[in-house]
Amino acid sequence: MKYLIIILSTILVNNVIFSQFLGICPFLGTSKKTSTALGMGAAVIFVLTLATLVTWLVNQYLLIPLGLDKFMQTIAFILIIAALVQMVEIILKKISPSLYTALGVFLPLITTNCAVLGVSLTVVTKEFSFVEGEAAALLNLGESVVYAVGIALGFALALVIFAGIREHIDLMEPPKGMKGTPIALITAGILAMAFMGFTGIV
Amino acid sequence: MSNNLQTFTKGLVKENPILVLLLGCCPTLATTTSAINGMSMGLATTFVLIMSNLVISLLKGFIPDKVRIPCFIVVIASFVTIVQLVMQAYVPDIYETLGLFIPLIVVNCIVLGRAEAFASKNPVFPSILDGAGMGLGFTFALTILGCIREFLGSGSIFGLRILPETANILLFILPPGAFICLGFLIAIVNKFKKESH
Repeated sequence: MKYLIIILSTILVNNVIFSQFLGICPFLGTSKKTSTALGMGAAVIFVLTLATLVTWLVNQYLLIPLGLDKFMQTIAFILIIAALVQMVEIILKKISPSLYTALGVFLPLITTNCAVLGVSLTVVTKEFSFVEGEAAALLNLGESVVYAVGIALGFALALVIFAGIREHIDLMEPPKGMKGTPIALITAGILAMAFMGFTGIV
Repeated sequence: MSNNLQTFTKGLVKENPILVLLLGCCPTLATTTSAINGMSMGLATTFVLIMSNLVISLLKGFIPDKVRIPCFIVVIASFVTIVQLVMQAYVPDIYETLGLFIPLIVVNCIVLGRAEAFASKNPVFPSILDGAGMGLGFTFALTILGCIREFLGSGSIFGLRILPETANILLFILPPGAFICLGFLIAIVNKFKKESH
């Protein structure tokens, strides 16, 4: 039950793009076509989950016992994420070339996707209380991974919806100055308004 | 000298990282709920930009080409940690509101972008100027966006009340307002750019 609430809350209510503003650059950059958006979404689901799992374990069993968690978190996490992305790329190339060709171009981009670093820092520093009446506490390993999966699904959902809308906008004639990014940003604003409608469901 | 001046001013207007190049959107949208928040975020990023440009420019002869990106990231992350700890100690209120976005300066595309495109190829002094120019351009855009959103959303600028509370449009300090404001701001910039051509 708790896992279900975490998933719903991260996909719809606290959507990573429309309410937390993480990962806006890839959101604007890879949303011109639905197929690209699907590829990027899948790559983010994969890397974000893995990165959160690894950084949580490193933080719990390496940084905290050594007393480094107050000032080494940012440096350690970004290096882990960068190394992880490289490793995933190499392993995928060997094990599943078809998946590699599908995700390939998006993987290096993910290192600088702030959603990945953002989520791995959030789960080890911020206290949550998802179930009503329960005291806020740091997430345990299972909850952290579910949280990461939810965030990544929310990212993919937002990206695919947005790409679908942008394909249609391309066929329209907006005022000259509005062409390109401005109209895309305003569309994102209206989408964010739609997502605000989910406030309060969990 | 005019060359140095150009290095400094191009970040402010012609190549403004947000309004023209569209880099670093996440902190732009997230931290501009008020003018003061936007400005603090901008200044924190400026400090990291200047310092990382300085150090990377000094180290450019020692870093092997193949591992340069991880090296740049370590340099940047060190300065971000310094900013994080200093802000936590001296301005805890602002640190609390900006929250996660202070450590996220590490993955701000502007910082890594300038390290790769400018500091790793140029001498120390121009690199500092480039960092300062880009940083101040970023701060300028964030402050403007913060002013607009604070004025429309809470009727004040830098905490100074201008409109009565009944005139507040709450939407503008909520997430959708951020997207819409930035969209219109870029549209206005595009308009002027086309006219000056």
